[in-house]
Amino acid sequence: MEKTNMYDGIPLEKFEFAQTEDLTHDKKPETQPVGYLKDAMRRFAKNKGAIVAAVIIVLMLLFAIIVPFCTQYTVAYFDTYYAYTQPKCKLFENTSFWDGCREMETNQKTFTYYYAMGQETGHNAVKNQEYTMTEDGVYRYRLDTYQMNGVVYKNLSLEEYQALQEYQIETGIQVIYPMVAKRDRPTAADYEQDGNIYYETEEKAGKTQIKYDSEGNIIPVYSSYPASIMENGVGLDQYNSIRVEGSDGFQKDGETCYYNYALVTPSGVQVRVNYYEYYTYYHSRVAMDGIGNPSFLFGTTGSGKDILTCLSSGARFSFIFAIVVAVCNLIVGAIYGSIAGYYGGRIDLVMERITDILSAIPTMVVITLLKLHMGGSSQALVLFIAFFLTGWIGMGHRTRMQFYRFKNQEYVLSARTLGASDRRLMFKHIFPNAIGTLVTAFALVIPSMIYSETSFSYLGIINLATGNITSVGTLIAAGQASLATAPFVAMFPSVFLALLMLSFNLFGNGLRDAFNPSLRGSEG
Amino acid sequence: MYMFKYVMKRLGLMIMTFSVIMFMCFVLIKLLPITVTVQMGQDANVIIHQLEGRGYIQNAVMDPATQTWSYDRVPIMTQLGIYLKKIFVNGDFGIGVNIPSYRGRPVLGVFLEKIPPTVLINVYATLIGVPIGLGLGILAALKKNKWQDQLINIIIILLISMPSIVMGLIIQYFLCFRAGWFPTTMNSGYEYFTWSMFRSMMPPVLSLCLGSVAGYARFTRAELSEVLTNEFMLLARTKGLTRGQATLRHAMRNSMVVIFPSILSEFIGVLSGSLIIESMFSVPGVGRLYLDSINSLDYDFFMMLSGFYCLVALLGGIVIDISYGFIDPRIRMGAK
Repeated sequence: MEKTNMYDGIPLEKFEFAQTEDLTHDKKPETQPVGYLKDAMRRFAKNKGAIVAAVIIVLMLLFAIIVPFCTQYTVAYFDTYYAYTQPKCKLFENTSFWDGCREMETNQKTFTYYYAMGQETGHNAVKNQEYTMTEDGVYRYRLDTYQMNGVVYKNLSLEEYQALQEYQIETGIQVIYPMVAKRDRPTAADYEQDGNIYYETEEKAGKTQIKYDSEGNIIPVYSSYPASIMENGVGLDQYNSIRVEGSDGFQKDGETCYYNYALVTPSGVQVRVNYYEYYTYYHSRVAMDGIGNPSFLFGTTGSGKDILTCLSSGARFSFIFAIVVAVCNLIVGAIYGSIAGYYGGRIDLVMERITDILSAIPTMVVITLLKLHMGGSSQALVLFIAFFLTGWIGMGHRTRMQFYRFKNQEYVLSARTLGASDRRLMFKHIFPNAIGTLVTAFALVIPSMIYSETSFSYLGIINLATGNITSVGTLIAAGQASLATAPFVAMFPSVFLALLMLSFNLFGNGLRDAFNPSLRGSEG
Repeated sequence: MYMFKYVMKRLGLMIMTFSVIMFMCFVLIKLLPITVTVQMGQDANVIIHQLEGRGYIQNAVMDPATQTWSYDRVPIMTQLGIYLKKIFVNGDFGIGVNIPSYRGRPVLGVFLEKIPPTVLINVYATLIGVPIGLGLGILAALKKNKWQDQLINIIIILLISMPSIVMGLIIQYFLCFRAGWFPTTMNSGYEYFTWSMFRSMMPPVLSLCLGSVAGYARFTRAELSEVLTNEFMLLARTKGLTRGQATLRHAMRNSMVVIFPSILSEFIGVLSGSLIIESMFSVPGVGRLYLDSINSLDYDFFMMLSGFYCLVALLGGIVIDISYGFIDPRIRMGAK
């Protein structure tokens, strides 16, 4: 003690190092510390397949979120005239792909039927009026499904008729075409109400056949009336809008005649309207629901619903549903698994038996029983409860496994020695170890939820297609019915589903590898 | 002996779980109102009296004015007693009430009639799927990290991710409609071993087995490539075995320990998991019957088929565990 006190007053500057050359200090590490999440992210980013899958998933999410707002249609919309309309994209209009046309091979009668539509209205049902004919009388052409309705009979009130005429004058678009008198229409039941037959027909061997003139052309039979009657003007159509060419009076039997554009019925008038133009008129002027020309990017179903709208709304529902269920499962599973894993022993045994029994019940049975018991309430709720009832077990199991692995490790014991409470040990010290597996499980549960939901609505056990909701499974079921004639109805939802499953699988695998620290550095 | 004990223990637990589930099912079903749908030319009288005779309802009286039946419900526990007694004494699982084509027929008889198509389709799917799957897996493991392996991996991930709905649709569209190789739906009738029946079974069989092929291949590849790196493989080659012999006799046999149980469980699994395929190809099997029973609220059918599916799922779980012990004597299941 005495000795040290001797050097009491030496100032600090007088001290110097005996050796200054290889002086070493503890250095602060220059690199950033790599945390668990950051490490996982880095490993994930190296997995190209998973990155591509993630991008596809994001695109599909965007599709589900944005598209329902962008389409002009709603899920509830349907138009039976435009059933099984082929997909059409404006960009491909002039190609023979995605142009809304169907390849046809028919006999002369069917061909003439479609060809005459274009001749009358200029709306070509036979694409560009182009066709080839083989020697044995088979016609090949592309049938435009947007125009194949041609002209239909419509019953309108007088006001509606006037409004339609005003629309014609205003826009210069012809919607109404001259009437065909009832006596000139074919008598066969399936043709009688067909507005496209504006030409002469005859009954041959019980079948309606088209009559041709000597040059092989059809013979129009528009209903007309002589000018003398019009002057009396009783009960006749006072048509004053656009007329077809030559109908401003033509000579017949030495008298000026006019075409008749409407047939007076007790409730108003019956007119022949071109359905494509009428559709545009009706939706833009009468219904005012924001629908313009009929254009269906993905085509329509058998009931005339727009597939794009239904698919995107169904996808949106599926995503929301799956995420909500997965979050609920995650929360419940994590809590349940934590308790079972942390306390172990008898509590664990009892809890395990409960999950054993719950997980052994087939989901099908659960859904059916729930549906029967909750008949009145919404089917989405039934589905939610059914998936929730057994869905959390997987999450619980994973959490429990992690708890068993970590609960007796030294750092937990030391925390316990320092007086950490059970809750703190569980959620602060042990639970973070389970996050990796839980995130992976979460990512894999979403596609399986969507797939189950799709399957159940495909099987018709759950019917989600009410009001403004629809399901991908319902669409697929509808598409399967017409697989031979209109494969695109099933194709779009199927492609969506397959792509979804594929990308979620890749994404989930990537996550699993990323969160597995034992793979650290194995990719080099 | 320990194996026997273990099997018994697992079976006992399974039966317990099964009983609890079926009890819940029974109670939940019996809480539902009884629906009797009578079609033209059928007598509600008969059905109501049938239900009464089966001990589900009592004091059934028809109100002549409104032509509706009123009845009292038997307490559920009594019903359960009657139900169990009928099953164990007479093997009687009930009578069809609401499914039009099976009205008045014993549930068990109809069920046994529907079993062959379902089982046959699964057997065919396994017979086709296992060799292809194992073959692909072996090829991938032997050529690990070469282009063959990469290709097989891509096929596997595509097949595994393909939902069975989409798979079925693709097969139906391309093979049935476009190529016209197979009929769209399965033939009805009971002649199961004719050529035309076999042909009509092919689409559902293919849809079922393609998915499992991928599973087998992935599993085989993983197992085999692990076994192939073992030192006893080197020893086998040193002894003078050819590569093929060593792979088949040593590596394959070892990896089969893991692969075989998975085949078994897959087989049991698809027995119940082919509802979608069955309904897509109109297979006259158990799946269709189950869907019918749900749609027309035929509770006796529903009860029995739920039991069937439940049992299949439970069996699938324990078969894996038990077969481990039988195939590989080194594994002592349930040993402390």
